[in-house]
Parts: sequence; structure tokens; C-alpha cells
Amino acid sequence: MEFINALVLLTNYIILPAATYGSQLALGALGVTLVYGVLRFSNFAHGETMSFGTMITIMVTWQLQSAGVSLGIFPTALLALPVGIFVTVLLLLACDKWVYRFHRQNNASGVILLIVSIGLMFVIGGLVRFIIGPQDQIFADGSRFIFSARDFKKATGLDEGLALRTTQLVTIFTAAIVVTAVFWFLNKTRTGKSMRAYSDNENLALLSGIDPDRVVKVAWILTAVLATIAGTLYGLDKSYKPFAFMQLLLPIFASAIVGGVGNPLGAIAGGFVIAFSEITITFAYKKFISYVTFDAVQPEGLVQLLSTDYKIAVSFIILVIVLVIKPTGLFSGKTL
Amino acid sequence: MSFLIGENMTGGYGSADILHDCTIGVEQGEIAVIVGPNGAGKSTAMKAVFGMLPLRKGRVMFDGEDVTALKPEERVVKGMGFVPQTHNVFTSMSVEENLEMGAFIRTDDFRDTMTLVYDLFPILKEKRNQPAGELSGGQRQQVAVGRALMTKPKVLMLDEPTAGVSPIVMDELFDKIIEIARTGIAILMVEQNAKQALNIADKGYVLVQGANRFTDTGEALMANAEVRKAFLGG
Repeated sequence: MEFINALVLLTNYIILPAATYGSQLALGALGVTLVYGVLRFSNFAHGETMSFGTMITIMVTWQLQSAGVSLGIFPTALLALPVGIFVTVLLLLACDKWVYRFHRQNNASGVILLIVSIGLMFVIGGLVRFIIGPQDQIFADGSRFIFSARDFKKATGLDEGLALRTTQLVTIFTAAIVVTAVFWFLNKTRTGKSMRAYSDNENLALLSGIDPDRVVKVAWILTAVLATIAGTLYGLDKSYKPFAFMQLLLPIFASAIVGGVGNPLGAIAGGFVIAFSEITITFAYKKFISYVTFDAVQPEGLVQLLSTDYKIAVSFIILVIVLVIKPTGLFSGKTL
Repeated sequence: MSFLIGENMTGGYGSADILHDCTIGVEQGEIAVIVGPNGAGKSTAMKAVFGMLPLRKGRVMFDGEDVTALKPEERVVKGMGFVPQTHNVFTSMSVEENLEMGAFIRTDDFRDTMTLVYDLFPILKEKRNQPAGELSGGQRQQVAVGRALMTKPKVLMLDEPTAGVSPIVMDELFDKIIEIARTGIAILMVEQNAKQALNIADKGYVLVQGANRFTDTGEALMANAEVRKAFLGG
């Protein structure tokens, strides 16, 4: 019984939150990796792109809510997502047309494009705060729990509760669908294969008659889709803070690099590695230890390796370790 | 007038010219080989014919049409196939995907062409689902040639197809190249292994410092005492 309580405790406080957070990071990192694979630069504007897509989704959600539309127990934001995606696609295509394309035609190096993307990051971030303001926005509706801790305790008779929040279920489920769709697209469709070919060997792709402009366009569209979904899921799960997305850049880049930048499979794996590391390292194990040792040991402190205030440091440390030991990442990236 | 000919080509990458009034051509169903010492501009001449080098003088005629102003990818559409010396396969993609990408510009059904390529290189059929980057050097070259054949080119240009492969594999590759030429495709290639290449060549070009030094049939060049002494090691 004690042992089951311990497992439930871990599931409730580590596995479910980390799987949720990992899904959000994986989708974000997939977008970063896609841009890196096709356009060959680290896109620092990705965090703010997520923020922008989420903002549009929130504003459409408000419209829907005031019109009385709802999705039952699921958040209305899911209905607003397609509009958010559409507007974000337009934003990224406009950025490409008016900003990136100029540098691409001049054969600018990856570093120059990276700095350009930092500029766009500030512009998009400013635009977002100009439109929706810098304060927090809560837009999650529907029911809060699929089942709550109290329901779980009543049903099982255990001391420990396990809650499944609606946003957690929606996040994990949506991420699974999106990731499957992206992989299907990259591996089975003609356009997807041409993107991988372009990412693998640009010159040979040209010789094969693959149109680089088209590949770049599709890459931006996919990036916008991934960014908007990732941002919205993150916002639903944690509330939407325009300033949070700049901070989110670090774990997202860490995920992409840990998995091997340019490698989509790596981005997913990296997302979960970072999420699980952050949460397991900042979790207080006091209760867990007393469960598994049958109350024999009662630790005095919280048995927490690192305060949650420092959770961002975890991804930073992992990033540094990976760059020192295996710079190509777990899945040796560089191509899609 | 040859089927494909780069006439009096003069040009280079920067201000200095690499090619000086260089002429290279090939007929349908024939094999033309460009040989010469290191730095003679063999690959450069080939790239010039394919439009990867800006020409200051001269022109490139293909199938009775002046293609000098066309970009390399536009020449692919016209029916020219090019196999670069290095980085000539998509390493992270499977053999079959490499061939599919070769056929990217085709909107018709290319399965019969793929069957032809697999018939020509049976080992590729065996390894069709393996990433091309995991294959041996000789097999990679087969993928590279196969990829270029997928567009059903009228002329196939090969930049040192046997670079870095063993002598046995080299002989096999040459056999395959002869086989491809027999189907009516014109073949223009640059080769380091001058002797073996001239043996299978209908026409040979010996380049020195970016200019034509000797131009004759492969056989005649092999018999030419001067060529033998200077370029074929006696």
C-alpha cells in the first residue's frame, strides 16, 4: 500500500506534469529544429512566435466565449487554434518575405540570420505586448479536471491523490497527434521528402529540381503551426504571460540541442529529457522517502535537490554538458 | 555539330580565368572523357558545360539549342543529368528516397525508370530501404548515378565517378557506364584514372591549364606516344 502510494505520488507530481511540459517543449523544439534544418540558423524569434500565435488564439477564444460557444469540458481555445495558426502563418511568411529573404539572397551566414531573428524576437514581442498588454491572461475554460485528487482517493481508498487536469490530457493528446502528423508529412509525402532532401544536401536538391523557395515557405508554415499549438498548450496549462516566452527559449533550445539540432526525433526526445530533468531535480522527495522506507526514515528537510526558483538552471546545465561532451546531441543532428 | 558541346569556353570563378578557349563535346550514345593533370581544369570544364561557372566567352549548345544562359536546374529540365564528385547522395535518406528525389521534376509515373535503375544496379534494390550514407563508396556512386538517371536524361555528366573506390569496383562502374551509353545516353565524364577511362572512351579530351591539348578518339590518344609519355605514365 505504501509502495502504491509512493508511485501515485510520483505520477501526480512528476510523471504527469513532466509529460505535459515535455510535450510542450517537444513541439517548441520541433519548430526550432525545422527552421535550423531547412534555413540553417537558430531562430531566436521562436518563443515570441509562440507568444504571438497564443495571443491570437486567446483573442479569438474571447470572441467565441462571448458568443456563447464552448467545447463542453474541453477548453474553447482548441476551436480558436486554427485561426491563431492561420494568422501566425501569415506573420512568419511576412517576416520571411520582408526580412529573411533579403539575407538569404545575399547568402548571409547562419550567425547573421540568428542576429536578424533576435531583432524579430524583440519586434514580435513588442507587438504582442502592444496588442494584448504585458499582464497575465487566463483563458482556459471547460472543466478543470478529468478527475480530481479527491475523486481518485475516494475511488481507490489510497492516501495519496492523483489528479488529471483537462489541460494535461489535451496537451499530451494534441502533441501526440501533431508529432505523428509531422513525421508522416516528412517521411511519406513528396513535399516532406523534398524538405528533408533540401536539409540534407542543398546543392543536390537544387540539381534535382527541388524549388528552395517552396521548401522555405513550407518550413515556415509548419513552424507557425507548431509554435501556435505549443504556445497555446503552454498557456492553457500555465496561464498566458507574454514575458514567459522569452524565458521559455532556453529550455526549448536546450531540448533541440540535447536531441541533436536539425533532427526532429531528437527534438521530441530532448523535450522530454529536459522536462523530466527539470521536474525530478526540483521535486521535494520528503514524502516519497517516508513512503518507500515505511516511515523508518523521516527526513528533516524537503529533500529537494534544487529550489524550483532555479529550474531554468537545469536546462542550462544540461545544455552546457551536452555541448561539452556530445555537441551533435543524442541523435546526431544536422539534417531533418 | 555535336549533341552537347561547350564551345570556346573561357571563364573562371573570380577575375582570373581557369578555362581558356576550351571546347568539349559529346554525341548521343557515346562516351567522352576529360583527362589531364591535377589542376588542369577538368572538373571546371565540366561545370562550365553544366552552367555552374560563369562564362566570359563561348557558348554551350545542347540538342540544337543554345543553353548558355540557363541555370543548372533549368538544364536538368532540358535533359542534362549531373553527378557531382562529392556530396552526391542524400546521406540521411534511403536509397529509394534518393531515387524519388532524382525524379522530383517528373510529374508522370516514374516507377518504370526506377525499375530500370534497379536492373542496372541490383545491389540498390537490395538496399532500397537503407540510408544512402550507410553504403560503401562504390554503392554510393551507384545511388548517385541512379539518382541522375531518374530524370531520363539525354546526357549524363559524371565528375570522377570512380574517385576513392577500389580497382575492382572501378571496373564494375565503368561496365555500368558503358551499359548506360548503349541505351543512347551521351556520357561526358572527368576521370583521374586516365588509362582505364580512355579505354572505354569514344572521344578523349586532354586538358592542360584549362586549354585543349589533345582531342581525339580514346584509342588514338592511347596510341599517341606523346600523350602516353606525358599523361598516362609511359
